[in-house]
Amino acid sequence: MQTFFSIAVDAIAYGMVLFVISIGLSVTMGLMRVVNLAHGAFAMIGGYIASYASRDLGLGYGVAVLIAIVGTVLISIPIERLLYRRIYGAPELTQVLMTIGITFCIIGIANYIFGPTLKTIPLPAELQGSTNLGFRSIASHRIFAIVCGLLVAGGLWYCIEKTAFGVKLRAAVDNAAMAAALGVRTEIIYAVSFAVAVGLAAFGGILGAELLPVEPYYALRYMVTFLVVVSVGGAGSIPGALIACLVLGGIDTTGRYLMPEFGEFFFYLAVIAIICIFPKGFAGRVR
Amino acid sequence: MKRLVLAAIAAVVMGSAAYADTIKVGVVGPFSGPFALQGKNFKAGIDAYIATHGDKIGDDTIEIVYRDLPAADPAQSKALAQELVVKEGVQYLAGFYFTPDAMAVTPILKQANTPLVIMNAATSAIVTKSPLVVRTSFTTWQTSTPIAKVAHDAGVEKVISVVSDYGPGVDAENAFKAGFEKEGGSVVEAIRMPLSTNDFSPIMQRIKDSGAQAVFAFLPSGPTTLGFVKAYNENGLKDAGIKFFAPGDLTQESDLPALGDAALGIQTTFHYAVSHDSPENKAFVEAASKAIGNPAELSFPSVGAYDGMHVIYKMIEATGGEQDAEKAVEAVKGLSWVSPRGPVTIDPESRHITQNIYLREVTKADDGTYYNKEIQTFEKQGDPGLAAAK
Repeated sequence: MQTFFSIAVDAIAYGMVLFVISIGLSVTMGLMRVVNLAHGAFAMIGGYIASYASRDLGLGYGVAVLIAIVGTVLISIPIERLLYRRIYGAPELTQVLMTIGITFCIIGIANYIFGPTLKTIPLPAELQGSTNLGFRSIASHRIFAIVCGLLVAGGLWYCIEKTAFGVKLRAAVDNAAMAAALGVRTEIIYAVSFAVAVGLAAFGGILGAELLPVEPYYALRYMVTFLVVVSVGGAGSIPGALIACLVLGGIDTTGRYLMPEFGEFFFYLAVIAIICIFPKGFAGRVR
Repeated sequence: MKRLVLAAIAAVVMGSAAYADTIKVGVVGPFSGPFALQGKNFKAGIDAYIATHGDKIGDDTIEIVYRDLPAADPAQSKALAQELVVKEGVQYLAGFYFTPDAMAVTPILKQANTPLVIMNAATSAIVTKSPLVVRTSFTTWQTSTPIAKVAHDAGVEKVISVVSDYGPGVDAENAFKAGFEKEGGSVVEAIRMPLSTNDFSPIMQRIKDSGAQAVFAFLPSGPTTLGFVKAYNENGLKDAGIKFFAPGDLTQESDLPALGDAALGIQTTFHYAVSHDSPENKAFVEAASKAIGNPAELSFPSVGAYDGMHVIYKMIEATGGEQDAEKAVEAVKGLSWVSPRGPVTIDPESRHITQNIYLREVTKADDGTYYNKEIQTFEKQGDPGLAAAK
């Protein structure tokens, strides 16, 4: 029983970190219909800026996180205007090629500016060390990640489902021409949601840095993981992504505990099974 | 008469050309991509050697031709080696970070009349693939065997081994098991985890549940070690008194700033620490730091490359600049010198480097940086892996 709880705690923590990093990608892919393979690259930029701000400039964790998110969004604005705007509505292959090209460029630039070594983001004292849960101890920053994950999920769901902006966004996604005719400024809607997605990527990169350390190849190393979460959850669905992260985190963690020699066999087996049963993911929107 | 003069002039020109040649050394390594840091270290070691010893051997000038191989890719490795031999006319092949890349090149050495000086790839079997292979790095068996004695001396009887599931990981697992059982201890469980593992919490729980007094771990240096060492601390293994032993790949110098306090006290055995206290190493670290630019990036492949250049220089001296692979390799068999890592010898039989292996502990220096402090020396260690394979 203790083993079960132990695995459950690890699974939830890992799943929530995955959620925070992947949800931004789910937003771009589901709501904006852009296969954004450069998502990991934005997460990496966020991690690098946070690391630089806190380690080299000596700023506090909270300030560093804010600077990193704002900085990443600022960097993404010209990229969105000059590059992404051309591929909205383009065939998937074009989007994949464009975004993977952007990824490689960012990798090269990051390697040039920050060097090839690992970068860490020092945590404040409250998040360091471990918390005793009674039957085992768990890293405090993981509890923080779980809380952040829940906040992000709730906030996004509210924005998309309950606010005027969310209504316009959904309208722009479903029928851009009609929405524009009704006076919705689709360009602005797209730009704002892109910025939100990039900000979430950066936040995820920072929050997940303890698990997925920041280094130049970050963007490629974890790309498949992000894509799997989105496809299993159903692009654009926040509850779907949440369920997917918890299910995949659970399967991955359980497999790793009970039969590590099988590698990622169970993880990918689960992905195949889920996609067979739910071709659109757990909560993909049927068109 | 005219023809005779021409022939004489031609003979003189060609003759003198043979006496003052440019000797090319082809170096294959990861100079871009995820392992670019290790390629950078290759280059730093080579540059440091040339800076301190000059680029001339007798009348011959040495020229290094670099070829980039970003990730392990045997087919590409072979193609690059062939291109170097045929088009560039290199007399020596060197470098090679990954075992499969080095293995892929061994079949062409004899035909190309080219010795291969391996500056990193660490699987025991490579030297058996061709008599023209010389290795100046280390093997995983060589660095993982002494830690078994260290663990046993620390009073540990039961150990769980946790390795990344690929060639070097399996080597480390076997080397530790063989060494530890010889000491009288037992390995209660051996876990192999996928190379791409990000979250090590479940593994840590397994270690706790196994009831072992210590864990022996091997992961390739780089991002994964960070997660592993952090998970070891955060899941309370350190506090529970479970000791941590590993070969030095886990605490390579360039990862230490990221590992920070989490790594403090971890004991590893390895052939080289940047902090090694000797005049040779001081000179080396100075030259190599200059070559690499950022001293914090200096790590173990640089010393393998530095000593590899030493071997190549000796080969060129012995052959007088002529391309004669067998004579060159013959000349360095049994060669002894003082390397930045300490006294070393090329074993005449295996053509692998015999060297001291050091027990090191991650320690915080007065200026707040972390380094591997050498606390014990295992002298003249050969490669137990080759013996075990026989």
